[in-house]
Amino acid sequence: MTTRRSAVLFAWMLLLPALIYVLIIVAYPLIDTIKLSFTDASLKRTYDWVGFENFTKIFRRGFSDIIVRTFVWTFFSVLFKMIIGTCAAVLLNAAVPGRTLFRVLTMPPWIVPMAIGIFMWGWMYNGQFGMISGLLQRFGFLDGPFPILSTGPTAFWATIVTDVWIGVPFVTIYLLAAIQSIPTDLYEAAWTDGAGRFYRFRRITLPLIVPAMITMSMISLISTFNSFDIIWILTQGGPSGQTTTMIIDTYRTAIGAYKFGEGAARAVLITIFLSLFCWLYFRMVNRFSGEAAR
Amino acid sequence: MSSSALINRYTWYEKLGIYAGILLFLSFVLAPFVEGFFVSLKPLSHLFSSPYRFWPDDGSLEAYHTMWQRVPLLGRYILNSIFIAGVGMIISLFLIVPASYAFARFEFKGRGPLMGGFLAVNMFSGAVLLIPLFRLMRTLGLLNTYFAMIVPGVAFVIPTGIWLLRTYMLRIPRELEEAALVDGASRFYTFRRVIIPLALPGIAVVAIHSFLTIYAQQFIFALTFNSKTEYMPLSVGLYAFFGRQEVIWNELMAACFLGILPVFIVFIFLQRYLVAGMTAGAVKT
Repeated sequence: MTTRRSAVLFAWMLLLPALIYVLIIVAYPLIDTIKLSFTDASLKRTYDWVGFENFTKIFRRGFSDIIVRTFVWTFFSVLFKMIIGTCAAVLLNAAVPGRTLFRVLTMPPWIVPMAIGIFMWGWMYNGQFGMISGLLQRFGFLDGPFPILSTGPTAFWATIVTDVWIGVPFVTIYLLAAIQSIPTDLYEAAWTDGAGRFYRFRRITLPLIVPAMITMSMISLISTFNSFDIIWILTQGGPSGQTTTMIIDTYRTAIGAYKFGEGAARAVLITIFLSLFCWLYFRMVNRFSGEAAR
Repeated sequence: MSSSALINRYTWYEKLGIYAGILLFLSFVLAPFVEGFFVSLKPLSHLFSSPYRFWPDDGSLEAYHTMWQRVPLLGRYILNSIFIAGVGMIISLFLIVPASYAFARFEFKGRGPLMGGFLAVNMFSGAVLLIPLFRLMRTLGLLNTYFAMIVPGVAFVIPTGIWLLRTYMLRIPRELEEAALVDGASRFYTFRRVIIPLALPGIAVVAIHSFLTIYAQQFIFALTFNSKTEYMPLSVGLYAFFGRQEVIWNELMAACFLGILPVFIVFIFLQRYLVAGMTAGAVKT
């Protein structure tokens, strides 16, 4: 009994530093955000309670557009990441010469400092001489220079492409690992029964990696929803707000204009959305593991 | 011939399809690097000539040279990035290693919820917590110091680190610690002398992961909590410098490639362990 108690005590001792750290740096700020969202806090050290005013103000100023845009942006970015990542994982799993090298070559966007990757895309999108506009002109799809980042719709899709580019290596490597963890005798049995390659993919590979795909789409949903660097460096939310997502708007309000209270209200809204995603995710995981057990 | 070798035999058109697909994917992944590198070798006049030319016919290292002079603090920015990531890595190891051991080996009330709580940290990006963190850093007097960038960076690598290392520690046989305890070693001694040496490969993975993550993602904290040029990490340093004026692209690209160099060296040597460690824990859940 006493050894058990000492073990528990020891475990808490080991845990405490990390716990206290996270409580100070993450949990306390979270509570502070909620508190601030009901105040008119700014750079001044004193502030007053204003009730729900920050929240009602948000919706009066066309915030619903920003919410919709954020969801559209996130949806397409995650969708492309999952499609491209799954295809790439399947291709990189094929037993062809050179595949180890190919796998290593997929990783640079993931390990290179994010800002640097974004600077490089900034050049790719350059209207006059960047690679994309340059090639399109060269092959006759464009008559003249096209400023990709200064036109709303193209800027919107350009930021999505960059987000996909940064996120896709991790999706690929993760799903590749999931494919490799499928026992080979399943394939051998199907092969002996005369099942073709596509049939084996549809009936063995795909169903068995669905849980990994759900996990991955949830992870990338959360990180994409939170994405800041890409949009900020490429467009700062412009042109005329057409790439402004909730995160960008929060940053603008809070840090750009020092309206801490109004910014905090936006952050609270983001947190509510993120919690919803997580809740949904755990529900889906539970349902899937339930079905697998049956 | 084994059946798995037979299964993996491809017809020529299947092979062609696989290679074409991989080539297409890799050209998307690598295009910005190749183009960026070529731009860093081109003189500015070549860059702004029509029609578009991909290949740097008259390439030179001119841009690297002029950029090194034009951005006087470039070397300092790179060292700042390495310093922030290095110190952050050390702090995060001191927090992650004991906590993962507690989660891997001990049964105690609230273990499940606590692990979930740590994972929930991943839900928040720096941007959501930026306002209170700004106030906190101001109260602690950390604004415009290295620690304003190190401290929040560490918080966001703790959850993944704990998750990775716990999975690794679960594979270490329990008998080894039990033997040490029976011999009369204290729990702390066992942790220090038995577990840590055995978990070293896992700890190395977590260390690299923390380093690369903090090196890569210090943008928003550095942008907000630090306005002193001499403390800026590479990302914000370049952003601040090139944002102020007309962008000189070949020089910016040259600076980018110098900034990539440190991570690239780390990665070349350690990529196998990193990938294995990152995916092993993840897929089993």
